[in-house]
Amino acid sequence: MAELTYRDAVARGIAQEMERDEDVVFLGEDVAAAGGVFKATVGLLEQFGPLRVRDTPISEQAILGAAMGAAMTGLKPIAEIMFADFLAVCYDYVANEIPKARYMTNGQVGCPLVIRFGGGGGLRFGAQHSQCVENWVMQFPGLKVVSPSSPIDVVGLMAAAVRDPDPVMFLEHKGLYATKGEVPDGEIVDTLGTAKILRPGTDCTIVALGLMVHRALAAAERLAAEFGISCEVVDVRSLVPLDTQTILGSVARTGRVFTVEENPRVLGWGAEIVSIIADEAFYDLDGPPVRITSPHIPLPAADLLEDMVIPSVDRVIETIRRSMSA
Amino acid sequence: MAKKPGRAAAAAPVAPAVANDDIGEAKRLEMYRLQVTIREAEQRANDLFFQNLIKGTSHLSLGQEAIAAGVAAAMIPGDKTFCTYRGHAHTLARGVPVEQVLGELMGRDNGLMRGKGGSMHLTSVEHGVMGSYAIIGAHLPIACGSAWRSQYKKAGDVTVVFFGDGTTNIGAFHEALNFAVIWKLPVVFVCENNLYMEYTLNADVTAVEHPAADRASAYGLPRIVIDGNDADVVYRTMGEAFAKARAGDGPTLVEAMTYRHSGHSRADPAKYRPEGELEAWKKRDPLLIYRERLKSFGVTDAQMAKIDADVMKVVDDATEACKAAPTTSTDILFTDVYADGGWAWRN
Repeated sequence: MAELTYRDAVARGIAQEMERDEDVVFLGEDVAAAGGVFKATVGLLEQFGPLRVRDTPISEQAILGAAMGAAMTGLKPIAEIMFADFLAVCYDYVANEIPKARYMTNGQVGCPLVIRFGGGGGLRFGAQHSQCVENWVMQFPGLKVVSPSSPIDVVGLMAAAVRDPDPVMFLEHKGLYATKGEVPDGEIVDTLGTAKILRPGTDCTIVALGLMVHRALAAAERLAAEFGISCEVVDVRSLVPLDTQTILGSVARTGRVFTVEENPRVLGWGAEIVSIIADEAFYDLDGPPVRITSPHIPLPAADLLEDMVIPSVDRVIETIRRSMSA
Repeated sequence: MAKKPGRAAAAAPVAPAVANDDIGEAKRLEMYRLQVTIREAEQRANDLFFQNLIKGTSHLSLGQEAIAAGVAAAMIPGDKTFCTYRGHAHTLARGVPVEQVLGELMGRDNGLMRGKGGSMHLTSVEHGVMGSYAIIGAHLPIACGSAWRSQYKKAGDVTVVFFGDGTTNIGAFHEALNFAVIWKLPVVFVCENNLYMEYTLNADVTAVEHPAADRASAYGLPRIVIDGNDADVVYRTMGEAFAKARAGDGPTLVEAMTYRHSGHSRADPAKYRPEGELEAWKKRDPLLIYRERLKSFGVTDAQMAKIDADVMKVVDDATEACKAAPTTSTDILFTDVYADGGWAWRN
């Protein structure tokens, strides 16, 4: 057992899979010699050599296109898109090519690959280097989408993603890279499509993802201590496949649900979850589902402004407290 | 260009019916048959469209058959083909049966993908046809990935990627070329320059005369422009490109000049073309050129007529089989979204 940062867990997860399977290769901008701009892939070049860990030009279409072509002919590539926002410059592969290949070819072609990217705000990078893009990637049938909130989940979900025969979008939160957590020694393999209840509670369910999981947990702690409200916190972890049973089960117990989403409001993942709850658990509810999201505006750069946009612990507490006492 | 040893020198003790040079009779007859097959199958697709038996759209390669035939004839099993939405020709050229292609166009159960892909996405992995891509330029980087796999696994196969003149103005073209060169990938880029990007003369919207070849120097590649209506020229050029790729010496970019006899797609009567242009190009019809070539090597009209009749029977039989085939089964609507065979996105 060792304490690892979320950043080091990325390299650990990739290394675990590259060691196991020679068909796993890794490419991206500045990922090899430089070890990644977020230093999340340090040491992989030294461990696995330049044929398997490859620096690319600033050519996002070439990166995802090459990953797809390699995957459909026999390799298992991991491709890094440095900032999640840059998915927009190679969106054809995310939207049109990778997810649809299997269906259009009637099962002849598969794309077993992982696209990992750093998303999320809080680092004062402004509107084009801070976005949470879950809703950009979860809308395409054929893709799987996961987002770990802790170092152990980074390792386990990375392993599950690499071993999965479908293309997996792997959202790392930039604001979590420096956070630490215990990670056991030895091989760790998690399961896609599974949410986790991180804190049991009885009065309401908070459903969160990525960085927001930490804010939800902090809010739950204070809501219990200061207001006597017992919150169950569910880390969604996997948006596609979505573990609706864990979420619905929690809502059935608590009767109230709050989503905490970093993404701008319109079409955020929470809307899909709330819609499922409305359809399938309406009579379990004691009050309206509430979405706590960033407002529908671009992210500003200045720290004061950015902190007003992304859901804070205080905003989560205030929203839940007000809703629960209404 | 390096000459391959002549077939006659290797085997035949008696005077051959056809002069044997670096290409030889068997290969030429193969290329002729491929060109006739593509011509007749494409013409049939056009006819079936008018009978409303093919819906949607289709992009024909009438007039461009020599490129498909010349490239495919130079390929060996294991080599990979990446096509555009104008991909019937390249799919047929790799040996995919006419019936499966027409069946796909007609949405029948005997179609290559049983109707799930359609005209613009023909794919037959067992023939090395790794897909037809309908977003301009998208498949050039994908082809690089296939070539990267070949290089990494030391598999020895070459990846060929076809695209039109219009593709040379999209970013993925330039990203892919740079990528292929810096990684020295075994990939051959074949630009089918038929002069028109959809409805517009490509020269009117392009900075250079030869949209692919004139950009080659930017990637340290030689400028190669060839007659794309002469299958022999295409075949010889590919032989060199494939040898280079298999030797580990990296990619080749070829611009093959040709002309499509029909419009861009079914919706396009091609009225934008100046008077006489089509007629002038029809004098350089790849089939005319090739029939003359074969004759000059001693192939008789009767031999060619026999091939023509054989092909026509194949296309006729395929047409009848497709008409008789059931429409595609609705059971497959929800299959193969994910690798488990299904479409479940939640539990």
